[in-house]
Amino acid sequence: MDYSNFLYMREELPLIAVMVILLLYDLFGSERSLRHFQLVACLLFGAHTVWCLFPHESCEAFGGMYVYRPMLTVIKSILNVGTLLVFMQAHTWLEGDRTRIRRGEFYFLTLSTLLGMYFMMSAGHFLLFFIGLETASIPMAALAAFDKYKRRSAEAGAKYILTAVFASALSLYGISMIYGTTGTLYFDDLAARIDGSPLQIMAFVFFVVGMAFKISLVPFHLWTADVYEGAPTSVTAYLSVISKGSAAFVLMTILLKVFPAIAVEWQWMLYALIVLSITVANLFAIRQKNLKRFLAFSSISQAGYLMLGVISADAQGMTALVYYVLVYMVSNLAAFGVISAVEQRTGKVMMEDYNGLYRTNPKLSVVMMLALFSLAGIPPFAGFFSKFFIFAAAAGQGYYGLVLIALLNTIISLYYYLLVVKAMFINSTDEPIAPFRSDNYTRISLMVCTAGIVLLGVLSVVYERISLFGFGM
Amino acid sequence: MEYTLLILLLPLATFLFLGLVGMKLSERTAGIVGTLSLGLAAVLSYVAAWQFFSAPRVEGIHPPVVAWNFEWLRFTDQLHIDLGILLDPISVMMLVVITTVSLMVHLYSFGYMKGERGFQRYYAFLSLFSFSMLGLVVATNIFQTYIFWELVGVSSYLLIGFYYTKPEAVAASKKAFIVTRFADLGFLIGILLLSYFAGTFSFETLTSGNASVFAGAAGRTFLGCSVMSWATALIFMGCAGKSAMFPLHIWLPDAMEGPTPVSALIHAATMVVAGVYLVARLFPLYYFETPEVLVFIAVVGAVTSLYAAVVACVQTDIKRVLAFSTISQIGFMMVALGVSGMEGHDGLGYMASMFHLFTHAMFKALLFLGAGAIIHAVHSNEMSRMGGLRKKMPVTHITFLIACLAISGIPPFSGFFSKDEILAAAFAFSPWMGWTMSVIAGITAFYMFRLYYNIFWAVPAEQEHEPHEAPGSMTVPLVILAAITCVAGFIPFGHFVSATGAVLPIHIDWRVAGLSVLIACLAIALATCFYRKGTNSLPDRLEATFPRLHRAAYRRFYIDEAYLFVTRRIIFGGICSGLAWFDRHVIDGAMNGLAWLTGRASMAIRGLQSGQVQQYAYVFLLGTLVLTVWLILM
Repeated sequence: MDYSNFLYMREELPLIAVMVILLLYDLFGSERSLRHFQLVACLLFGAHTVWCLFPHESCEAFGGMYVYRPMLTVIKSILNVGTLLVFMQAHTWLEGDRTRIRRGEFYFLTLSTLLGMYFMMSAGHFLLFFIGLETASIPMAALAAFDKYKRRSAEAGAKYILTAVFASALSLYGISMIYGTTGTLYFDDLAARIDGSPLQIMAFVFFVVGMAFKISLVPFHLWTADVYEGAPTSVTAYLSVISKGSAAFVLMTILLKVFPAIAVEWQWMLYALIVLSITVANLFAIRQKNLKRFLAFSSISQAGYLMLGVISADAQGMTALVYYVLVYMVSNLAAFGVISAVEQRTGKVMMEDYNGLYRTNPKLSVVMMLALFSLAGIPPFAGFFSKFFIFAAAAGQGYYGLVLIALLNTIISLYYYLLVVKAMFINSTDEPIAPFRSDNYTRISLMVCTAGIVLLGVLSVVYERISLFGFGM
Repeated sequence: MEYTLLILLLPLATFLFLGLVGMKLSERTAGIVGTLSLGLAAVLSYVAAWQFFSAPRVEGIHPPVVAWNFEWLRFTDQLHIDLGILLDPISVMMLVVITTVSLMVHLYSFGYMKGERGFQRYYAFLSLFSFSMLGLVVATNIFQTYIFWELVGVSSYLLIGFYYTKPEAVAASKKAFIVTRFADLGFLIGILLLSYFAGTFSFETLTSGNASVFAGAAGRTFLGCSVMSWATALIFMGCAGKSAMFPLHIWLPDAMEGPTPVSALIHAATMVVAGVYLVARLFPLYYFETPEVLVFIAVVGAVTSLYAAVVACVQTDIKRVLAFSTISQIGFMMVALGVSGMEGHDGLGYMASMFHLFTHAMFKALLFLGAGAIIHAVHSNEMSRMGGLRKKMPVTHITFLIACLAISGIPPFSGFFSKDEILAAAFAFSPWMGWTMSVIAGITAFYMFRLYYNIFWAVPAEQEHEPHEAPGSMTVPLVILAAITCVAGFIPFGHFVSATGAVLPIHIDWRVAGLSVLIACLAIALATCFYRKGTNSLPDRLEATFPRLHRAAYRRFYIDEAYLFVTRRIIFGGICSGLAWFDRHVIDGAMNGLAWLTGRASMAIRGLQSGQVQQYAYVFLLGTLVLTVWLILM
């Protein structure tokens, strides 16, 4: 075996290095030096993020097992930035009495899942893909249960691991059937050998539901609300953005690369899943009182919109998908950042707790409002443009009915997003959340998110840059 | 010449600065910041003009310079929206005009607006307007023009409604915005039509005179007119709205509710000539592609000019007289463009139009600023509250007289030269047009001197306070503008601006000039005999003899009423009530239905989320199997 192949892993190797350094630092660092742990972690990971910003030549390693395309740099960079933002928002939480001694674990586990996602995205073979999938899933359960002394967090961890195992098992079963019918697991070879026999269709569905679980599409979404509600808020943010975004991207690449022969089938399947996800999630979202649960359903319906990019199955769809992930990331992280800041300070996560927030914490309220406007797709915020592009991609392939359903659903979603805005700005209460100042990490991350919400749509150059890579897919 | 970007950025930065922190500054500081930044922009404009015109000619013309360009939105390789700075003879001239008048208004406002509430806001809006207007004239493409076109509309709206506690001002600002916006609808459709067929927004391609650019539109007609005619006529509709051409002029007289320096800047010198400027900018397009629209423009200009001149004769509010006079003079400029040709001496109209734009900006700003000084002194706009002010306000009197002589076309003041060129071009087009415009020039002289005598001579009105001369900050701009008005006519304008860019020597046609001066002198003599003493009863007797005509002219021939009838009765009452019913019942009904359905469905499925992980797995598996079976059977 040629060990120089490892050198192609330009993004994975530095990430492993960051992980190992942080692990050793956490284990052997003196009590005094550990006071700067978070700063060091953010700086190291920030350096890694910058390193990963620059695309290089397309290449393959290990006989096609590992594949690199410039588009991966884009999506990996988006995930990196998102992870960095999550790290910054986790600051106060990690400084808590019970979490401080275990913060090294938080970073290590989170970066492990990120590494898993890298492998999933760079896989050219189902085996590496599956290893990536598991690497991304199992530590996630540990993260969900990070506040294990809290009953809800422990429950979230348990529910996540049980569902994840179930989904992985189905997925693996599907992959084994694919191998059984075709005799190979290389993506490049598979495309020609998929012919749409019933067994292959079954294998395909089994494989896809594993991904649908990660993206949390209806009806494979039932774990989402409980886990999102119970897990620590920073983990929920990570789960809702990074995990979902990477899985959507992987699903799209595999569908395009491996299963073009049964495109009609999977497009119908996605059609059904999209309609179900958007509609059902909206119906649940309008009656939620807990903001984390509320954002869980919101994220399910956003996942439905995300799939509109997949169903259009062309370069425009890919571009729209990646752009959507980027915009969704800044919007959702802004919302979670506010929720996390409030929760850390007051322990409150219910919608009625936010009544009158504008009076006491105007800045946080405005950030939250912008985030929700962006999620609802109100111009001129970035969310409008991302929805526009993804609808345009789907309509470009003739899915007018689907786009119409999605549009009707955005009206419903506007209602429930505005409920939160109404609570903050209009509802009054005798006991509003007292004014407070959040830590600098959170403030910076919220500023970055807000800048993203306001600017990403207006700066047309962002979409154009992504589209440049989209054609190199 | 990248520094020209600063000419735009300075006012923009000032607007942002004053808009954001202005209220924390003292009035004096805010005014000084605004004036200094505009002064700097003016200096840069002069430098740019000097540099542009002193550069050697290439093939007999000053080559246009794109000083800065930024691609903003790209649709196709040809079709993209840029933001840029185009320097060519007319845009450079406009830079000079705008910054000069704006600087004068900035200075003047120190005295005029002193102690007004919102002084800082006023200066912020002035900066915003200057930025927008400068951006409009240097546009490299028609879409940029459109963007800044709307921006000047907004700034004009803000400034007309500056006294927002006065209901008339609020109504006037709304009227101005809505009427011009309505016209801009046509403008936008015109832009879209044009760019659809030409595949570009760029002025360079649109005005290249190359017919192949519009090959796609050949042979296409709509309602009997070619598509190109529609496109250019619709663009002219936007110009007519902004430049207050009949019948879209109704907003301009009302816009006089704004502060008087604003009227001088926006509603006399700069914004209202944007329409003329745009027609001039697109002149090769009109000339080569749709000459019939050019004739239409000339007719609209002449009708407007005549109409406004007649109405101006009977108005009693001095700012309204000046407003109608502005409309009439812009009509002159439109006529000049409409009758113009392209090459050599045929292009006289184009040059004359731009020349008149230049001189008119100066003397009309002077007239408005003078009127402002008078209003400042007597606290009223009505002529009847004035009279006999020449001794009390000597500086205002002399400068106002200079401006009146200029607009009446008396040599050697600037208006004589530019108006003479327009009349010569009109006579060259057709004697009919020439005579019409000469008569209008005569009416102009009459109503201007009616105004002059009523203010400065006649019988002094009772005053609560003794009127006194305006402070230095107000008289200095008057003197400067008067000085410009005295000498601007001697500028060899044809050396700088002409339709093709080549030198167009100006010859004064003594037959035309003699005729126009004669008519003007007769009109002035008539006005002198009517109004100088203020005791001549002939005007009143005339009024009594033709009461209906006088009343119709005073009510501006009921155009406003006609608009109100159409909008209130026909559009609001007829069409909108039907639409409102549709909105209330069908659209809202659909929304309410959706909400009801959502609520019911939400109730129905809530059992799905039970919290039991066994059930989750069951649903998961069921979903998988249903999908499998469905896809296999498909």
